[in-house]
Amino acid sequence: MTITQNDTAGVTFGRRQCVIRIGNVSARASWRAIIVVAALLVGAFAIAVVAVGLGKYTVAPADVLGVLTGSNTSFDRVVVLEWRMPRMLMALLIGSALGISGAIFQALTRNALGSPDIIGVTSGAYTGALIVIAGIGGGYYAVAAGALIGGLVTAVLVYALSYRNGLAGFRLIVVGIAVSAVVNSVNQWIIIKIDFHTAVTASVWQQGTLSGQSWSQALPMTVCLVVMAAFLVAMGPQLPVLQMGDDAAGALGVRPDRARLAYLVVGVGLVALACAAAGPISFVALAAPQIARRLTASPGVGLVPSAVMGAVLLLVSDVIAQQVFSGSELPVGAVTVSLGGAYLIYLLISQARQR
Amino acid sequence: MEPPAQLTQRNRVVGLRIAVALLALTCVASLAIGTENVSVSTVWQAVTDYHDIGDQWIVHDLRIPRTVLALLVGLALGLSGTLIQAVGRNPLADSEILGINSGAALFVVFAIAFLGMTGIWTYIWFAFAGALFAMLLVYLVGMTGRATVTPVRVLLAGVAIGAVMDGVGYAVRLRNPQAFNNMRFWDAGALDARPLEVAAAIAPFVAVGAVLCLVVGRSLNVTALGDDLAKSMGGNVARTQILSLIAVTLLAGAATAGAGPIGFVGLMVPHAVRRFTGPDWRWILAYATAVAPALLLAADIVGRVIIRPAELPAGIVTAFLGAPVLIWLIRKRGADRS
Repeated sequence: MTITQNDTAGVTFGRRQCVIRIGNVSARASWRAIIVVAALLVGAFAIAVVAVGLGKYTVAPADVLGVLTGSNTSFDRVVVLEWRMPRMLMALLIGSALGISGAIFQALTRNALGSPDIIGVTSGAYTGALIVIAGIGGGYYAVAAGALIGGLVTAVLVYALSYRNGLAGFRLIVVGIAVSAVVNSVNQWIIIKIDFHTAVTASVWQQGTLSGQSWSQALPMTVCLVVMAAFLVAMGPQLPVLQMGDDAAGALGVRPDRARLAYLVVGVGLVALACAAAGPISFVALAAPQIARRLTASPGVGLVPSAVMGAVLLLVSDVIAQQVFSGSELPVGAVTVSLGGAYLIYLLISQARQR
Repeated sequence: MEPPAQLTQRNRVVGLRIAVALLALTCVASLAIGTENVSVSTVWQAVTDYHDIGDQWIVHDLRIPRTVLALLVGLALGLSGTLIQAVGRNPLADSEILGINSGAALFVVFAIAFLGMTGIWTYIWFAFAGALFAMLLVYLVGMTGRATVTPVRVLLAGVAIGAVMDGVGYAVRLRNPQAFNNMRFWDAGALDARPLEVAAAIAPFVAVGAVLCLVVGRSLNVTALGDDLAKSMGGNVARTQILSLIAVTLLAGAATAGAGPIGFVGLMVPHAVRRFTGPDWRWILAYATAVAPALLLAADIVGRVIIRPAELPAGIVTAFLGAPVLIWLIRKRGADRS
């Protein structure tokens, strides 16, 4: 991996750029973005080290570091590695999946509010997952496949219903809100049909929760996420090109319709992965790309900063969900919906101020 | 030949009669149809000359409270939706979309979970406070800044605020499994298994709200012209807005306290009846008085029969029917306007 200063290219980008090169793959990034991403990663690690020690059996951060380096072999090792680490890891993975998905949708719709949790894709994925759980039964892959189908059907439905002489941003969002109202009704109906004990579980899951994660769930999730990330890397930087509009994208060698479809499938796929593992956690996909964009001061939403931001957001939300009430924990979705909803309100106010 | 104005007037009266007949029909159907169908003659006997025999108790103990509640809640939702659309000059709104029902529900959850209130007479006041709180919040967020206030902006503010309130309410409820189980069906906007006491408790508030609608009805037409023109025509915009605010608080709060959050009835009804009434808000309100309860009753009946012997709560059926209306409305507005 090499990082080179891009001053030799003779092109001014308005801010200091550099090129990161790993083998045949290279990417251009601003120094600010790199610093922000690095700072977020360090922050996420620090939070994870502190948070993994919290709970009924507390482990000091220094002892956690000892477990990670292998020098601490006491009971702390079981607590940290077996009990709490999978959940922490899932928070980071699911958060980054949601962050990337949100960035993809926001780039495709060219609107901060076009994220999958607002336009009903997350609810639709949850419907697919619920149908598999309540009707067919199956493991993680079956539930994820159901969520993928549910999410895709919803996304196509929203797209088709809002298409009329092109896509107007606000029409897409209002149609999405309407479709998610229908889809949420279906979800609620399925939950009512299930008996009470399952209903509490399904209802906790309906908010999105990370409790009860183990290594057996973390592994398939990681595999799928790596595959999708590799696919995104292979697609190259087509997303920023798409944001320039179809004509410019065509002139730059990107087939807009094909690229859009590929990104749509990946975007829904990432939501489906998250949904099958933890339920429809909302508003991380909305907030992460926007916060990342503001921190990196970049003109569009970037995939990598959004992923890291999403991971940090979900990790922090999960720590809050576990610690805010002593004794019992909240589903993390109840925290993200409150924090993310508040952020959405702020976004609406600031958009109104700007115009 | 009659002049067109009189002709329209006569059509409106005929249409209103048809709407009332429709309402009566749905009432009878609501008493007769369900998991156990009851013949109309038995319904008649149960209403006029009740004896505790046969299916009469089903009508008397289950269906009459349910139908009365649906009538009141439907009326409240229809009138509040019409008022919101008229005063806010926003065709994309009702009390559910703007998060007003969520606000009422959140405060009720607080009352039940933290203050241990269980009777409707105690927590209904919290429903009013919550409805008012949410409405003021949506107003502040949706109207802030220099940008023009568009219906979509207000709608998004309402959706965001509703989502936060639902999230907080859910978190509170989850910590109390008893409350969770009690309110699980209330969540989806179900009308069944509620004693007549609930209907009796919300009735006076719905009545006051309806009277306020009568009071402001005339000035709504002037308000619709815009603030400046309304003032120059001698309309008192502030008075209309404040009275409407009180009316919506009472109506949406009472509806939510009675049946839980039910969406889209208030959205659909004004658009559906405008084809027959024209733009006159007084007539729209009059039609809504008959059409909204009929719509909620019909939704409730559909919910009873569609997955027999289980039941689909009315709020789920109305979302099914109403969300397509929202989609149709936003498509109709055209690509250039947002």
